[in-house]
Amino acid sequence: MDFQRYNRQIILPEIGLEGQQKLNDARVLVIGAGGLGCPILQYLVAAGVGNLGIVDADTVSISNLQRQILYTTADLNKKKVAVAKERLLAINPNVNIEIFPVNLHAENALELLGQYDIIVDGSDNFATRYLVNDASVMLKKPFVSGSIFKFEGQVSVFNYQNGPTYRCLYAEPPTAGSVPNCSEIGVIGTLAGIIGTMQAAEVIKMITGAGEVLSGKLLVFDMLSMRSQIIKFKAISENKNISKLLDYQVICGDFPIGNTDTIDKESVEKWLEEEKSFQLIDVRNPHEFERDNIGGINIPLDDLLESIHELDVEKEIVFCCQTGLRSAKAIELLKSAGVEGRFLNLVGGI
Amino acid sequence: MKYGINLFGITKEIIGNTYIEIEMEDKTSAEQLLERLKNDYPKLKAIKSLLLAVNSEYAEKDLVIHFRDEIALIPPVSGG
Repeated sequence: MDFQRYNRQIILPEIGLEGQQKLNDARVLVIGAGGLGCPILQYLVAAGVGNLGIVDADTVSISNLQRQILYTTADLNKKKVAVAKERLLAINPNVNIEIFPVNLHAENALELLGQYDIIVDGSDNFATRYLVNDASVMLKKPFVSGSIFKFEGQVSVFNYQNGPTYRCLYAEPPTAGSVPNCSEIGVIGTLAGIIGTMQAAEVIKMITGAGEVLSGKLLVFDMLSMRSQIIKFKAISENKNISKLLDYQVICGDFPIGNTDTIDKESVEKWLEEEKSFQLIDVRNPHEFERDNIGGINIPLDDLLESIHELDVEKEIVFCCQTGLRSAKAIELLKSAGVEGRFLNLVGGI
Repeated sequence: MKYGINLFGITKEIIGNTYIEIEMEDKTSAEQLLERLKNDYPKLKAIKSLLLAVNSEYAEKDLVIHFRDEIALIPPVSGG
């Protein structure tokens, strides 16, 4: 072991050589290499957590750089996990890093999470958050959860030593679109740093046994007032009985947010007014389109892949729906089907 | 008498403030207070799982709330 590298923490009685050995032997999976994932990974790698997995399907986009501090302007369009691994090994070459450039879903979650002892959730959508909870409960693994919204963050450790789970706090996900995510409502970069660093701290505490883990406690932090409070909550035993995973994207109405180019409603209206050469595709159901629309062609999301011939890929194509969620999914679908084009998502919907 | 409630996350946007006061009888239950908030601000219903914290503890439905209690309304947050 590299005693000099870890000297400042080894001399802490709460960590010591024994704690450092535990860190070295630990297996931690970090879901999401974004705003939270970057500081989580940097601190865990620097502290000598020996075996790390990183799950993220995304590529680096310019709007990430305000808060995702592992990446530089030169990394645009590169796979986040690949860039992250390179940077992290530069910080500390003594750790093993395995990268998974995929989205977490019901089919791969148990296998991925099953390979690790501690899960850290730095994802950006409710579908993944409920999936991480349910899979962790099934596998009896603790997970450190962090989430951010504008200037506010929440941190807790769920399913730790039979403690409460995410569902003991928030039994069911919000109705789709009712709680906006960072790309819709904004987030301050330093908050991601604060909350992600707190998550890394909880991981280190769990591994080394130092201090008191945030189990059965939700830390709520408000950066504007710099006030934080800890809310205590209890386990509800029924929430431990999870026998199978569900289709969380359907239940939550959201999904991992890819780096889709976006456009706002004012700009689309201006393009329509100027009769700019572009294609507008409304991916809602026909009855919604008939009720009200801003023009364009109606291709329901479910029919999109069979209707690719209707897309004019020579032009910029704006996808729209009621809230901006289904249209974003439409672009993800086309990209994953290998359809190339200049696709824009109308954020916030029509 | 009024209950003072600190607001978090999207509930700030829905209610349009960081703190509100609700006029209700003393010894209201947590469930009654939540129902009243959802009634006054119907958009809160879409959040489904709203955490009402009283004196820094998760308030069970039948918890009786007093005027001097410290109350917070906390929704789930998904950003990362």
